[in-house]
Amino acid sequence: MSSVATTGEDRIRVLPPITKTGGGRVGRERAIVAVLGFCAVLAMVGLLLIILFVFREALPIFIDRATQAEASIRGFFSTPFWQPVSDTPKYGLTPLLLGTFKVTMVAMIFAVPIAILAAIFTSEFAPVRIREIIKPAVEMLAGVPSVVLGFFALIVLATWIHTLTHQGTRLNAMNAGVALALASIPTIFSVSEDALRAVPNSFREASLALGASKWQTAWHVTLPAAAAGVSAGVLLGLARAVGETMIVLMASGNAAMISGSAFDSVRTFSATIAAEMGEVVVGSAHYSTLFFIGGLLFTLIFMINVCAGLFVERLRRKLRSN
Amino acid sequence: MSVVDRRGPASLYLGSGFIILSGIAAFLIIAMLAVIVGNVLIFGAHTITWDFLSSAPREGMTKGGIFPAIFGTSALVILMVIFLIPFGVGAAIYLHEYASPNSRLTKMVRFAISNLAGVPSIVFGLFGLGFFIQFVGRNMDRVMGLDVVWGRPALIWAALTLALLNLPVVIVTAEEALRTVPRHMREASLALGATRWQTVRSVLLPQAMPGILTGAILSVARGAGEVAPIMFTGAAYFLPYLPHSPTDQFMELGYHVYVMATQSPNIEATRPLLYGTVLVLLILTFLLNLAAVLLRARLRARLAGRG
Repeated sequence: MSSVATTGEDRIRVLPPITKTGGGRVGRERAIVAVLGFCAVLAMVGLLLIILFVFREALPIFIDRATQAEASIRGFFSTPFWQPVSDTPKYGLTPLLLGTFKVTMVAMIFAVPIAILAAIFTSEFAPVRIREIIKPAVEMLAGVPSVVLGFFALIVLATWIHTLTHQGTRLNAMNAGVALALASIPTIFSVSEDALRAVPNSFREASLALGASKWQTAWHVTLPAAAAGVSAGVLLGLARAVGETMIVLMASGNAAMISGSAFDSVRTFSATIAAEMGEVVVGSAHYSTLFFIGGLLFTLIFMINVCAGLFVERLRRKLRSN
Repeated sequence: MSVVDRRGPASLYLGSGFIILSGIAAFLIIAMLAVIVGNVLIFGAHTITWDFLSSAPREGMTKGGIFPAIFGTSALVILMVIFLIPFGVGAAIYLHEYASPNSRLTKMVRFAISNLAGVPSIVFGLFGLGFFIQFVGRNMDRVMGLDVVWGRPALIWAALTLALLNLPVVIVTAEEALRTVPRHMREASLALGATRWQTVRSVLLPQAMPGILTGAILSVARGAGEVAPIMFTGAAYFLPYLPHSPTDQFMELGYHVYVMATQSPNIEATRPLLYGTVLVLLILTFLLNLAAVLLRARLRARLAGRG
């Protein structure tokens, strides 16, 4: 290519350096795009591999006769006992399901009102100086590792709650639920606060101009306008609570029993996996069952997250149309 | 006017009551944080000595220090960052600079990233065990004709599991950083005859560096605190030696807290060491988060300054 260029006039001689590297450059650019594209696709591949391999290890429950004799889908719900290491292992998921539900409910009862009210306060009422304290504090709380929250619930919170209520066992659903609320609050707060702040000021001004008070504006105008975002926050907080492991593992007492009381010990799905996977024989029915529980947990939380995503999308559309 | 007035003073009380209630909720969050941090500081501060930070646990974890756990945590997050940053930043560059925002592939990748961020950490642990150890590791051993070297819990598998867990964090922060680079800088570079990659490498990446660093720091903060994903992929209860190869198991601060808090035969004797370990972990994650927050604030200020 360069030989053609140098046979021409003087001013063309300036060009060769570019044309000479031209072919290689295009090829290199293409290769780089391919490499970068691969990096992006990797996130997708990762998610697919998670789905594939969690369900692959759970597969014997669906197809292997020997495993099914011990642990089957029907068996999961026909026995009320979770006793995987007894002489005749029983894999009843009911107590685990109930445990997960109880702990999550306790967490949500505490977390949702506190987080949403605090978000309203921060975005609507708080002076700038106080807002600048609250937001970093919530970010710090979000940064506390869950094992530290679990430790705090196990050593300190459990004693406080037990001294206060004198009910049930020391480690129970209430204790784990309150600690779990601490993990969910930053998620619900941050997403809700973002949504409230995204409501255009013209909404507030119109409401105030019509004579509504500040709290009426917040409650009847701003909050409904941000409802989709707040709902997304609550769902993401719920997903966090359902999937959280270390807190419930350390603070809930881990007894798999069926009881309606919040002050009895509970065992959740996530804690069961964490507590038993270390000692299990690879490939056994118990091993497959734990992966099955993992798949269940994954599916449940995936659905919650997809719903949250739909709410976020709705909020974005609504704000754009205004 | 009349609509509000009709409710009279009752509405006024209700109104201030609501504002006060919401203020209490906000105060509660700060108070809970203060109680946790205060409790750990009060009971943990006196444990922190040079000896505690530099020696190994002794006598069933009732004496000695946490050096192996600090070493293991460092090795884990360094290895994680080495795997994580190139891929995370590469993905962000592709999504922000190359991909057309409305193509089906871009939408699928974005959907995957946001849902990957929501996968519970214990499921990452299961994945690490099922994929990295049972599938990749076992097959590596088979192909290389080794006994069990790769097909068991190890530092490298835990680091890879954590890298996947933190991939969304890095992609999102790196993209945010790329968004702060003004459009005219790209155009100027391209107009001067630079290719897209040259533009990315010599104009965008230097500009986006604080954001990339933020992502790296956030991922390290999170990686250092996560226990569930490493429980069955590499963390060990107790090791008499430090890990010296990626196929070794390791001790880790968060896991050490869990072990001491729940498995100790003598909880009273362990308690001071337990509080000390929690304090070290808390200080470590707070400092990392603080650094990330400061870096991000600087980045946002630049974005705002651009108008």
